[in-house]
Amino acid sequence: MTQTTTLPNPAPVQAAPTLQISGLNVYYGESHILRNVDMTIPPGKMVCLIGRNGVGKTTLLKTVMGLLAPRSGRIDYQGKSLLPLPTNKRAKLGIGYVPQGREIIPRLTVKENLLVGLEAKANQKGNPLNADVPEDILQLFPVLKQMLSRMGGDLSGGQQQQLAIARAIMSRPQLLVLDEPTEGIQPSIILDIENAVRQIVETSGMSVLLVEQHLHFAQQADYYYAMQKGGIVDSGEASQLNSDVIQRFLAV
Amino acid sequence: MNTLITTLFNGVSIGTVLLIVALGLAIVFGLMGVINLAHGELMMLGAYTTYVVQNGFKTYLGTESQGLYIWAAIPLSFVVAALVGLALERGVIRFLYGRPLETLLATWGVSLILRQFVRSVSWGMVGGLLAFCGLFFGGKWLLGKSARIPSYRQNLVTTGLFLLSGAIAWFVGSNINNDPQLARPWFSARNVDVTAPGWLQGSIRVTAGIQFPASRLFIIVLTLLCLLGVYLFLQKSAWGLRIRSVTQNRDMSACLGIPTAQVDAVTFALGSGLAGVAGFAVTLLGSVGPNLGVNYIVDAFMVVVVGGVGNLLGSVIAALGIGIVTYLLGSGTMVRLLGGADGGAVVSFFDFFATTSMAKVMVFALIILFLQVRPAGLFPPKGRSAEV
Repeated sequence: MTQTTTLPNPAPVQAAPTLQISGLNVYYGESHILRNVDMTIPPGKMVCLIGRNGVGKTTLLKTVMGLLAPRSGRIDYQGKSLLPLPTNKRAKLGIGYVPQGREIIPRLTVKENLLVGLEAKANQKGNPLNADVPEDILQLFPVLKQMLSRMGGDLSGGQQQQLAIARAIMSRPQLLVLDEPTEGIQPSIILDIENAVRQIVETSGMSVLLVEQHLHFAQQADYYYAMQKGGIVDSGEASQLNSDVIQRFLAV
Repeated sequence: MNTLITTLFNGVSIGTVLLIVALGLAIVFGLMGVINLAHGELMMLGAYTTYVVQNGFKTYLGTESQGLYIWAAIPLSFVVAALVGLALERGVIRFLYGRPLETLLATWGVSLILRQFVRSVSWGMVGGLLAFCGLFFGGKWLLGKSARIPSYRQNLVTTGLFLLSGAIAWFVGSNINNDPQLARPWFSARNVDVTAPGWLQGSIRVTAGIQFPASRLFIIVLTLLCLLGVYLFLQKSAWGLRIRSVTQNRDMSACLGIPTAQVDAVTFALGSGLAGVAGFAVTLLGSVGPNLGVNYIVDAFMVVVVGGVGNLLGSVIAALGIGIVTYLLGSGTMVRLLGGADGGAVVSFFDFFATTSMAKVMVFALIILFLQVRPAGLFPPKGRSAEV
C-alpha cells in the first residue's frame, strides 16, 4: 500500500487549488477520527473520495463545512484559510453542501427549500421569496417542477436527494460537496442524479468533492482518494479505479 | 340566542387574552424550543412601559389628549420587551441552547431579577447600572482595542475591571441615592393603574340585549392584528424564511449560508416583543404589578402545549377552546344549560366548579386528560418530517 499524499498533477496548476487540506486531525472527544489527511481539489475538477463505512469520509466533509472543528491542520479554500470562519460564512464563500441523509427542511415547501439556497449567494439582495427558481435548475431535475408547492418533508428519498442537489447549486457555488448522493436510492434515479451532476460540472465548471460508494458514479470523477481508518491511503486518476482498487477499499 | 352570543363572546374574549399572551411564547418555546420562564416578566415590562407612556402623555399633553397614549404605548412596549429579550438571548440563553434544564433555571432566575428590578428601580440604581455598564464594557472595548494583553492575563484584567467599575458604580449610585427625591423607587412594589382612554371604557351596544365591552373588543382586534402580522412575517419575509429554516434544521441552515446566531436573536426578540404587546393588552383588564407575569405564564405554556408545540394555528385553536371552556364552566353557564341549580348530581357537579378558580382546576384536569389521548397536542407534526 502506497502512502500517497499529493496528487500526481498532470500539469502545473496556475491558480490556487479550490480546496487544499493538509495535515488535518479531527477528534470526537478523545477518539482520533481523521489522521493527517491531505487532499487537493484543483479548480474545475471532480474528486471522488471512496472508502468503507466509518472510515471518516463524512467527518472530513463536515470539517470542511465547519460543523466539526479540527484539532490541527489546515483547510484552504482558493488560497484562504477556512478555519476561522463559521459555517455560514464558508457557504457564502461559494461552497455548496449536499449532506448525507439529504437534510431537507421538512416544513418548507420545495420552492422555499430551493430559495433558501439563495442565502449563500455572495451578493444576494432583497427577499429571496420574491425570486423565481431558475429554469436551468428545474430542467436538471424535472421531477421538482411539479412539486414546487409540496412540503419538502413529504417527498420520497430520491426526490429529496434531487432537491438537496438543486438547493446546493442555487447559489452557483464554486465547490460542490456531495456526501453519498446515491445512498438508498433506486437505480434509475441514481442514473438521473449522476447525469445531473455531470451536466452541472460540464456547464458551470465548478469543482466537486464527491463521497461515493457506487462505482459507476465514482468513475465519473477526475481523481480519486481512498480512505482507510481515518487516513488517505491511496489516490490517483479516477480512470485507474478498477475492480482491484475497489476490492481493496470498498469491498466488505 | 342572546345568551349564546354573549357566552361565545366572553369565551372568545378570554381566549384572545390567552392567545396574545401565548403568541410570543409560541415563537420562543414552540419554534425555538427555549423554555423561557421570564416570558411573563417581559409581559410585565410591556405593561410598565404602557404605564410610563401614559404618565408621560398625562404630564406633557394634559388629561385632554392622554387617551392617545395607546398608539405610542403599543409599539413602545413591543420595542422595550424586544430589546430586553434581545439582551437576555445574547447574554444568557445563547449559551444554553440544547440544555433545557439549565435554560429553565437561568430564565427563572432572570424572572426573579426582573421582578425585583421593577420593585426597587430608582434613579440611583439606574445611574449605578449605567455607570457600571459604561465603565466595564467600555473599558473592555478600549483595552481590547489599544492594549495588548497576553491571554493568560485576560481573566485577571477582566476581574480587576469588574471590581473597579463595580466600586465606582456603587459610589455613583449611593451618591445619587443621598438625594431622597432621586432615591425613591419609580414604581415601588405596589400595583399601579393604567387608565384606559375614554372610548375604551364604555361598551358597544349591538342589539337591545347584547353589549360588548369596548376594551375586550379592542383586545380581540389587537390579537388578530398581531396574529396576522406574525403570520405574514414568518411566511412572506426573508427573515421569516430564515427563522423557519433555522428552527427546523439548524446545521443545514448554517451550511446554506444562513447566519444562525443572528436568526436566533431576531426570533427571540420577536417573541419577546409580542410578550410586550400582550403586557400592553392586559393593562386594559386590570392593574399592573411586579407579579403580573406570574398570573399568565402558566396559561401561556398551557396554550402552546395543547396546541402542539411549533404550530401557530394549534395555539390559536387551543387558546379559543380553553377560553370558551373556562367561561362555560366558570360563569355557571353549564349549570343554567342543564336546567338550573336543582337538577341532579351532574348539575351539582358543574355547580361545584362554577367559580373562576375552580373552573381553572377543571380546565387543567381536562387538559391532562386530553394530553393522555394526544400527547403531542392538537396538531402534532406528521408525515416524514415527524421523524426528523
